[in-house]
Order: sequence, then C-alpha cells, then structure tokens
Amino acid sequence: MITVTTTDTTDHGGDVRLSGIAKTYGSFTAVHPLDLTVPQGSFFALLGASGCGKTTTLRMIAGLEEPSSGTVFLGDQEVTRLPPYKRPVNTVFQSYALFPHLDIFENVAFGLRRRGIKSVKKQVEDMLDLVQLGEQARKKPHQLSGGQQQRVAVARALINHPKVLLLDEPLGALDLKLRRQMQLELKRIQTEVGITFVHVTHDQEEAMTMADTVAVMNAGRVEQLGSPADLYENPKTTFVANFLGTSNLIEAEVDSRIGDDIVLKAGGGKLVLPEARCSAPTTTGGKVLVGVRPEKISLTHADDAGEIPVGRNRITGTIADSSFIGVSTQYVVDSPVCPEFEVYAQNIDRDARLVPGAEVVLHWNPAHTFGLDAAQSLLAGTTGSAGVQEETAA
Amino acid sequence: MTFVNWLKRHLVVIAGLITLGYLLLPNVVVTVFSFNKPKGRFNYQWQQFSTDAWKDPCGVAGMCGSLSISLQIAFWATIGATVLGTMIAFALVRYRFRARGAVNSLIFLPMAMPEVVMAASLLTLFLNMGAQLGFWTILIAHIMFCLSFVVVAVKARVMSMDPRLEEAARDLYASPVQTFLRVTLPIAAPGIAAGALLSFALSFDDFIITNFNAGSTVTFPMFVWGSAQRGTPVQINVIGTTMFLVAVLLVLSSMVVGNRRTKQKA
Amino acid sequence: MSTLAEAPPVAPAPEKRPPRQRGRLVPYWLLLPGILWLIVFFALPMIYQASTSVQTGSLEEGYKVTWHFATYWDALSQYWPQFLRSVAYAAAATVLCLVLGYPLAYLIAFRAGRWRNLIMILVIAPFFTSFLIRTLAWKTILADGGPVVGALNTLHVLDVTNWLGWTSGDRVLATPLAVVCGLTYNFLPFMILPLYTSLERIDGRLHEAAGDLYARPWTVFRRVTFPLSMPGVVSGTLLTFIPAAGDYVNADLLGSTDTRMVGNVIQSQFLRILDYPTAAALSFILMAAILVMVTVYIRKSGTEDLV
Repeated sequence: MITVTTTDTTDHGGDVRLSGIAKTYGSFTAVHPLDLTVPQGSFFALLGASGCGKTTTLRMIAGLEEPSSGTVFLGDQEVTRLPPYKRPVNTVFQSYALFPHLDIFENVAFGLRRRGIKSVKKQVEDMLDLVQLGEQARKKPHQLSGGQQQRVAVARALINHPKVLLLDEPLGALDLKLRRQMQLELKRIQTEVGITFVHVTHDQEEAMTMADTVAVMNAGRVEQLGSPADLYENPKTTFVANFLGTSNLIEAEVDSRIGDDIVLKAGGGKLVLPEARCSAPTTTGGKVLVGVRPEKISLTHADDAGEIPVGRNRITGTIADSSFIGVSTQYVVDSPVCPEFEVYAQNIDRDARLVPGAEVVLHWNPAHTFGLDAAQSLLAGTTGSAGVQEETAA
Repeated sequence: MTFVNWLKRHLVVIAGLITLGYLLLPNVVVTVFSFNKPKGRFNYQWQQFSTDAWKDPCGVAGMCGSLSISLQIAFWATIGATVLGTMIAFALVRYRFRARGAVNSLIFLPMAMPEVVMAASLLTLFLNMGAQLGFWTILIAHIMFCLSFVVVAVKARVMSMDPRLEEAARDLYASPVQTFLRVTLPIAAPGIAAGALLSFALSFDDFIITNFNAGSTVTFPMFVWGSAQRGTPVQINVIGTTMFLVAVLLVLSSMVVGNRRTKQKA
Repeated sequence: MSTLAEAPPVAPAPEKRPPRQRGRLVPYWLLLPGILWLIVFFALPMIYQASTSVQTGSLEEGYKVTWHFATYWDALSQYWPQFLRSVAYAAAATVLCLVLGYPLAYLIAFRAGRWRNLIMILVIAPFFTSFLIRTLAWKTILADGGPVVGALNTLHVLDVTNWLGWTSGDRVLATPLAVVCGLTYNFLPFMILPLYTSLERIDGRLHEAAGDLYARPWTVFRRVTFPLSMPGVVSGTLLTFIPAAGDYVNADLLGSTDTRMVGNVIQSQFLRILDYPTAAALSFILMAAILVMVTVYIRKSGTEDLV
C-alpha cells in the first residue's frame, strides 16, 4: 500500500482521496486495497498494462463501478455510494462514446441540459471554439475524424466544469502523430482550466510526457508513485525498471562498503552502487539486482580500455548485434554477467570498430546505478512476461 | 469463346436475376390481372383489358370490411408485440437473471414451430376455456407469434450498442430514466422500428393461425382464401397491386430522404 | 474559462444501503408481461393439446382424458403418406430454395454495387402483397395449356417429370410439382435474407487472399465463401423447412387430393371433421418430428448459437 499525503492546509476541494478501495469480481481481485491522494490541480497518470486495475480504479472514481470495500472522497465529501450522475466528475471515455444520434453541439450540451440549464448556446459555442471545432457544431460524430471526435469528448466533459476530469486511454485510438499533438493539447487545456486530471494509459511515454505524477500499477497494486523523472531514474521494483523504458539488470552480491557506496561482486568484476539509490536490504553477502539504463552506458573498444577514467563501473563483453536508428545506435552486448546488455550510444563520433564480434568495455558513472531487491523476477514488466498479463477483466 | 467467358464471369448474376424474376413473376401477374375482365367467377384467364375493378375497389361484398379488420388487428398486434418484445429484449441484453435459458427457449420455439401446430393448440385452449372466437382471439394469437420476431430484432440492435454510451450519459448527469429516454431508446429505435414493421407485415398477412382462431370474423387473407373456393373478384388483385406499390414507394422515399439528409450534413 | 458553468451541486451522502437492491427485480418486471403472454398463449396450449390427444369421447358427449395413446398409432397408420409427403415436399422446396436463393444472395452481397438496395427492396416487397393472392397467381402461371406448360411440353421436361411421378399428363397444376413450386416460391425470401446476412459479413479481401494463394474462383467459393456462409445456410434451411412442412395452403390451392400434406389433414380434422383427439395427436407428432429433425440438424452442422 502506498500513501501519499499532502501536509499543506490550502484548499483541497478538488483532491481525490481513495482510502483502502478494492474491487473483486468473484475470486478475481482487480484492485487490491489502495490508498491514493491526487492533489487538486495536478495532472495524474495511472500507468500499467491492460488488466492491471487502472481502468477499474478510474471507474470507481467516476462511480461507474462500486468498490468492494474502502471509500472515495472528493475534497471533504464522501462519494463512495453516489451514482455517477450525482458526482461532480466527468470522464473522457476510451473510443469517446459520443452519442451517435446527436450532433456535436448536442453532444457537448448534453451535461448542461441534464442539469436543467436552459441557455446553453453561448457556453457550448465557446467550448467548441476552445477545442477548435466551432465549424463542426451541426455534424454528427461519425462525420468527424478521430482527432476531432477526441476533442469533442474532451469538450463534452470539460463544459460541466467538473472537479476532476477522468481520461480513460483517451488517445489510444489515434495514430502516433496525432497522439503526440493531442498530448500537448490536453496538457495545454489542463494548464488553462486548472482542473485535476486523472489519466489512465498503458503508454509509458504518454504518461511521462503529460503527467506531473505517475502511479505505476501492476496486478491490482500500485508499484511506485512519483514524478516521471524520479520513476525513471530511481525505480524501486524490477517491474517499474522494465516497464518504464529499458533497464539492464545484473545479479550481484554485496561485498563491502566504502563511505556512502556499496561495492558489489558481479561475475568476476566489482560494481559500485550509491547506498541511497538502493531499495533492497544490503547485508554483506546478500543478493542485490544492479540496474543501469542503456543510455547511461559508454562503449569503448577493448583496445582503448586504458583510456577509460578510473572510478567508473566496468563490464567487458562482445558486441552481439547493433542497429543504427538515426539518433543513436543500439547495441546488444554479450557479457558474462548479463547475456543481453543493451547500450544506446548517441551518434556523435562513431567508432568504426564497434561492429558485431568486437570486444568491448562497457562503463558508466556509478551515480547512475540503482539497486533492487533480488527476490523479484528479473523479467517483470517486460513485454510478454508474467508481469504484463493480458487480462481483460479491468 | 468470348461468349463462353462472358457467361462464366456473369453466371452468378444471371442465376440471381432468374431467381429475382421467379420472385417477382406472381406480382407481375397480379398487377396485369387487376386490369382483366374475367368471364366467369374466377380471374385466372386473361380475357380483355378493363379498369372496372380499379374504379370500384370496394365493389365486392365484404372485402373492404375484411381489409379494415386486418388493418386494425395488425395495428394493435404491432403495438402489443413491439412493447412486450422490446421489454424482453432489454431484459435479455442488459440484465443477469435466473432462467435465462428457459426464457430464450420460450422466445425461440414459436419461431421454430409450424404455424399449424400453434394454430391447432391455441384453438384447443380457446375451446377448453370456452372463449368466444373472433377479433380478440385473433389479436391474442398475432401478438403471440409476432413477439419473438420483435425480440430478435431489438436484441440484435441493443447488443451492438456500446455500453459506454449509457455510462457516458450517466457520467454527464443523466438519471437512469433520462439515460433511457435520451440515449438508449433513440439508439435502439431502428431495431424497434424493424421489429414493428415485421410484426405488421406478419400479422396483416397471417392466414393459418387466423383461420383456426377467427370464428366468424373474416380478415383479408381469409377473404381471399374464401374467394379461392367461391370465385376470385378482380378487386383482390387491385388490393394486392396497391399494397405492393405502396410498400415499394414507402421504402424508396425513406431511402431518398435518408440519402438527402446525409448529403446535407456532409 | 469564465464561460463554464458552476459545478453541479452535490447531493448529500446517501443512506448506507446494499447497492442496487431495488434494481434486482427490474429484469423480472420487464420480462413478466411478454413471458406471461407466451406461457399462456403458447406453452399452455401445447399442454392442452397434449391432453386432448389422449382423450376419447365425442363432440356431443364431451371428451375425457383416458390416456388413449392408441390415437397416435391410429393417426400414424392412417396418415403416414401425408407425413411422408410433407417431409418430402418440404425437403425438395428447401433444396430448391437454397439452389435458387444462393446466387441471388451472393449477387446482392458482392456483385450488385449500387443496385444492392433496389434488389433488396424487390426481394422484400412481395411480402407486402398477401401471400394468398400471390399463390393464386401461380394458378394463372401454371394454367393448363398456358405458356409455361406449353414450353415445358415442347422441351420434353414434362416427359421426365411424368416419368418421375412429379406431374401427370399435360398438367402441372394439381401435381406435386406445382405444390413444391409454390412452397419454394413462398419461402424463398426466408432463405435469401439469412444467406445475405452471413455473406455480407464476409470480408471481400478474403476472396482476394484466396485468389492470391492460387485458388480458382470455384475453389474460392467451395473452400472460403461457402463455409463462411454456413450460419446463413443453416438458419435459411430451417426457416424454409419448418414452415413448409406445416403448410397446407399451397397443397390446397395448387395441388389435388393426391398432394395432401399433414397440414391439410390437421386443418380438416380440426375445422371440418371436428375429431379433436386425432387432430391434436397429428399436430403433436408433426411438432415432435420437426423438433427432433431440427435438433439433429443443428447438432450436425455445429451452429448451436443461432438464437
């Protein structure tokens, strides 16, 4: 269970507080008891593979799903048993759920009309202008493109000025280019209106681009919660290390300590890990997983090994494969400590000797090393592993 | 050789058009013979052109009365079957409940039962209850056999409807009643309309079940049946031709209106 | 964003009550009237009929349940030719419907282009002319000495059908051929519509893919199109066979006393001879026979989720 509490005493009218909420379907637990606070005005992302419980969590906030236990607070008010039409919360649905029998204007006006507001024309027109769809007001949803439909869905929810806007994979149906554009657009709108956004996505890049705070979910639990940079640089579990970007993980044994650093034995060599960046117990002789991101690593041909500055973590190996992808070159290196070491090298000065078969030394600043508990699967969070189960229950 | 090739390529089209001709031939005959002036009581052989029947469509004793009875029964049967069938369809798609299998069988069986069996058993019931056969027994029977067809038509439509649409409505401050009236019903409307149309056609055209349970009431199909034994007036063909033309025109005009609407919006 | 409305007022916290208890009964209320209607006017009559079939007595003295199962045996031994005829005619009409209907359904689904809607209308529109009127029109089309009979005679088709026992002499009317022709005509749309529905769902690219993988057009049809249209074939044949087996209108209008089907017998027993037990027994046998055939057929064809 992960608890985030804010201690300041400013207005929390838009805080979302989940306290011990859980959801079970028969014997299947979609969401384990979960405590979570989303501060007012933040852009919060729930990130995870399909079936991890993130959509269920969102639907419990919306009121579309009733928690099996626990409570949901909006500000100071408990809304756990309130039906969705009585909650000041609106949702942008996956695939938008625009009403096919109503035109764009009426779709956007729907919420206002249900609340008995008679003169909706001005508001709807302003809202459509905000999402740049003023011209399309009298079209039916199926006559719009995917990106336009997406903007209608956002407008339809935002016009009600909800305390919290929930977004359920809102960009999943768009192509890559449009998705990038809409990410920035949504971020702009959020900054402009200052409403709390809770965004569910399986796309780690999307979550990191848009959100202030990301909660990584796996198998019905929150694995880790923090700012995108924090999660990326300092993952606490193998799932987070693998699901957010790529990590090279090495099994190592605690050898000794020098100051704030831990010295580890891996294969024949030694590696240094700052103790502050290790989330595992570090008794001497204990096992630790040592991680490092592929882009932090430098690659030097074995012939030039002497030129590597001292104080850097080193591993030797043989290049198994290299692929040139423009911005960088991605190498797969075979080494005794880790069979498939990934290294991303920026294409600044390419060393022509770095071809498959070449003997190389991998080296990196120890400050970029992180340590994880060895009692977890190395492969959690990688595609196709047990950590990323394709469940449809959520 | 080229002709053989052409024939090969268009074989399916030719066969299809032959079938279409087979389907439409009787309608052509009905139309042509509505302008006949038969010699005897039966209108089976072409004699000479005449528009007498068109000038006096109700000139046969009892025919227009039976037409009116058929229309009334079809109207009420459509309303009854559509309301009851739509309710069942919604229950089947939207809710979990016990005895679902039994309900499904009860819906399916009337469609899988030869009409004569339903007709005979219903008559047995009415005789046992001592019911007066007539308008009401016909209406009861028609609602019974139209019901299943409405359920099937509405069910298909409601099943293909995205459940998120209703969630979106609830999320946008629509109460359950408002959600049903503003979102569910309008989206299900084409399925309900299809079911209603089918009910009307089935009820209006039903003969076998009606024949068993009508008592002395005469519907239009029963009038035709009777006239097949006594003598077929030309006016029957006039009614048949009119019904065919009205149906085609209705469908065509609705299509034209539909097309124009989509073009305007685009 | 000054134009946005105030956030809606939030209702006071609701009383704690097990969720949606009230909603539990909704499906039953929705089902109640329609299902009650079907139970009283469809299921109950079947029970009455079952009981009638084992009664003895007379119209004057009234009938009593005497568990007289012999009625079934008597009915079968007396009317087995009509039963056989019903099955044979209905089967023939079903096969003819499939052979005739498939090309038309295929034409509408894949080849009609902008004519698709028009052809659809022409298939459905005859429904709106009373089927009795249309069946009577066949009396004109197949009339003795008419152009159709004349053509069949010239082409020596009648010689073949006479030899097969489908027609007799120079006549088509009042023969089995006329009855089967009428049955086929009447139930053809019930074959075409399900066929069309299942054909229309087939992705046209599958044909291209099959062609790309060296299948000739006929092979494409046999290996791809036809198997994918099986649901339509199954429901089409059922929708044709069942009503055709119970029909008595075509046998009555286009046939003779030699073409009487079981429907005709039930009809006359019930409405003219007023021998209710025999009529009920016949109707029960017909129902049971059809249910058995349909069940076996559905099992065999492996499409059990038709409903």
